Amino acid sequence: MLDRRRFLSFSGLGAGALLVAPRMALATVATDRRFVFIIQRGAADGLNIVAPYADPAYARLRGALAIDPSSATKLDGTFALHPSLVETAKMYGQHQALFVHAIASPYRDRSHFDGQNVLETGGTQPYQEKDGWLNRLVAMMPSAREQAIALAATVPMALRGAARVTSYAPTSLPQPSDDLLLRVGQLYAADPQLHPLWTSALAAQGLAEGSAAKQDPASLGTLAASFLSKPDGPRIAMLETGGWDTHSGQDARLAAQLKALDTLVTSLRDGLGRAWAQTTVLVATEFGRTAAANGTGGTDHGTGSVAMIIGGAVKGGRVVADWPGLAPSALYESRDLKPTAALDSLIAGVAGESLGLDPPRVARMLFDRSDSVTGLIAT
Amino acid sequence: MTTTGLSPAAIALNRFGLGATPLAAAPGDPRRWLIGQFDRFDARPASFAALPDAGAMVKAYRDQRQALRQVSSAAPSPIDGVATKPAKSAEQMVARQDFAQDVQALYRQAVQARTQSALETQAPFVERMVHFWSNHFCVSADNPQTSAFVGAFERDAIRPHVLGRFEDMLLAVEQHLAMLIYLNQIQSIGPDSLAAQRALTRNPAKQRGLNENLAREIMELHTLGVRSGYSQSDVTEFARALTGWSVGAQGPRDDGNADDFAFRPNLHEPGSRAILGKTYAQPGVEQARAVLVDFARAPATATHVASKLARHFAGDTPPLTLVSRLAASFTNNRGDLPALYHTLIDSPEAWAPTPVKFKTPWEWTVSALRGLGREQVGQLQMAGVQSQLGQPVWKPGSPAGWDDVAASWAAPDALLRRVEFAQRLVAPIGDTLDARTLGPKLMPASLSAGTADQIGRAESPGGALALLLVSPDFLRR
Repeated sequence: MLDRRRFLSFSGLGAGALLVAPRMALATVATDRRFVFIIQRGAADGLNIVAPYADPAYARLRGALAIDPSSATKLDGTFALHPSLVETAKMYGQHQALFVHAIASPYRDRSHFDGQNVLETGGTQPYQEKDGWLNRLVAMMPSAREQAIALAATVPMALRGAARVTSYAPTSLPQPSDDLLLRVGQLYAADPQLHPLWTSALAAQGLAEGSAAKQDPASLGTLAASFLSKPDGPRIAMLETGGWDTHSGQDARLAAQLKALDTLVTSLRDGLGRAWAQTTVLVATEFGRTAAANGTGGTDHGTGSVAMIIGGAVKGGRVVADWPGLAPSALYESRDLKPTAALDSLIAGVAGESLGLDPPRVARMLFDRSDSVTGLIAT
Repeated sequence: MTTTGLSPAAIALNRFGLGATPLAAAPGDPRRWLIGQFDRFDARPASFAALPDAGAMVKAYRDQRQALRQVSSAAPSPIDGVATKPAKSAEQMVARQDFAQDVQALYRQAVQARTQSALETQAPFVERMVHFWSNHFCVSADNPQTSAFVGAFERDAIRPHVLGRFEDMLLAVEQHLAMLIYLNQIQSIGPDSLAAQRALTRNPAKQRGLNENLAREIMELHTLGVRSGYSQSDVTEFARALTGWSVGAQGPRDDGNADDFAFRPNLHEPGSRAILGKTYAQPGVEQARAVLVDFARAPATATHVASKLARHFAGDTPPLTLVSRLAASFTNNRGDLPALYHTLIDSPEAWAPTPVKFKTPWEWTVSALRGLGREQVGQLQMAGVQSQLGQPVWKPGSPAGWDDVAASWAAPDALLRRVEFAQRLVAPIGDTLDARTLGPKLMPASLSAGTADQIGRAESPGGALALLLVSPDFLRR
């Protein structure tokens, strides 16, 4: 069973608009629904992405960094969307996007690397789980109708696990001769680590023929969509974005990051065409940033942040939040947005409903918990 | 897998060293060969010494930018981007572009210098340790300023201390401008410092204050290690202690060198600090220095360093016996690095006769170049090659540095890239090297029968060499 499910992943090597070029990995499973996970590495600042402009403490805490509600898209009486998310705001208006605020993984310290490990493995402690929740999700799906493929130099933690992972990235190096490829295959035949990697690499080579080798967010979204929209193509994808760690110069950096993210999601939507109606995109980060601006025009590592759910299958047009407030007494450890929602429950509910799986079962298999946030996706 | 056992000579050359070369004889006494390198290491080889002075370049650029700014706009646009920026003039755009090109050229030259040093070194094990420490104290060249200085960082903060004490390397690293810029330290200001008080009177709307980035990463990545028992309050207190740590030439009136450490008393947060239960009442620069020295000597740091070192030589999940032994050596010898390397070399766990590590792209490329007898990096553009292979030099994109586990590198695409590159590398060599004799030379008494067989049956000498470079034997160490 498992060996028929492989991943397709894509690595960006050029410099895109996102500080670290986004990377992508896809998995082939038998469903017409699509689920895409976009990770924001570096702790994205939820308080300036979906700004609680009506919270009286917000402007005081953020000072010059506060988002001006007059230039942002007001989502409701409390929250406003960062002005760079132009297309996302339109999708919100079309009920194709929603935001879950004051959310966090179970991780409560402030190390990026531990935080990302918890987010991607689905454990409650860093390095407690050895494989990723996205890999476990693929294992819950009916098996693939065709062999899978890969595009990526390395495989993100969320996708590592029993299901075999494969990769590919565009190259400017000369193609090896067929003879050399054949002999390398013989050389690796008896090697339990190299043989499966090599088989996958050759398969990815075949699939990627004719694909554009560009790495900018628009091209990446289009490429991801081209795989996801193939009739027998992959149905689960992961895209990695970096550059969210805005300790200084946050205004300009966050604006550029969000513009790139907006472009990425939009090109994915446009490329998917009619399949967008069956697509859910989940955007999440390892933790948020301090409620107050720091002394250098930025913010430091925090706790609660925001998650975005975008797609034709989303029952959007709302902000889901049990808002804890930003008053000094309401802050987590007197400095961060206090999490009132569990990211793991959200992932379980959204991934489950998106792929037609039972959310409580998904919660159990992926995160070893019983609760899941449902009702956000049209089933 | 049909792997014969690795000989001690093959392990010394490939696991400890940077890969064998066709001309040198296999070491008769591998342990002695490794320890003898401590006397042969060149801390400042010609290629590194020849790197241009980035400080002068950055200072010239800053001065030029300052002048253009005064001409083009009355409103000052601060470097840190706090205020809204006025539109850039054409002159400013050109200056910025020229600077970016100069920085890229300097970065590429530094990568060539690093490669050249790895090819010509008489102390490949020590050179490997330079790469190890440089990755431990990672400065990622993600922006022009860090790109300009990352070569100088390895040359001036890492190389001189690779055979010294951990504590001295730590101090050199945290006082190097590449690190101070990369982790935002030069912008951090004590909230009650003289500078903050003055700024408040001038412009109450503009907040200046702490940035805790460097403090946190020193504790988490450079010394104690994550989850070793420190709290958020310890991080913040340490960030306060670090205020004032800066570099010269930060303004047009500052005659200092942009590449020299400078302590700025006006930025320093007054008062004593409480960190991990100890009070630091030292004045000025001495305060954070005292904290760093304590961190360097802490048991948690010994364990952290020992774990990473063990992982580098004894496998992705290293034996705990080795970690404990290395940690004890680190503590007992007060962070003396040659003593630590001695303990490593004397540990049987590091000499396991099966390959324990999948080479990173950098390790594989360097060993391939050495294996083909290349002594000069020449026209090979190593920065571009490493980007293609998935490990752009000094650019892991995070202060944690590159991962040191196979799962990060043994991926389908990565393999294909190595095959492509191997083919390109052997093309000009033709039949001047015979893979059938080269294989046993590079891996003395260790080449597997399967690999030897495939090499023997290759259709051309070049094809045989390419197969050798991508063989399971050569991909691992």
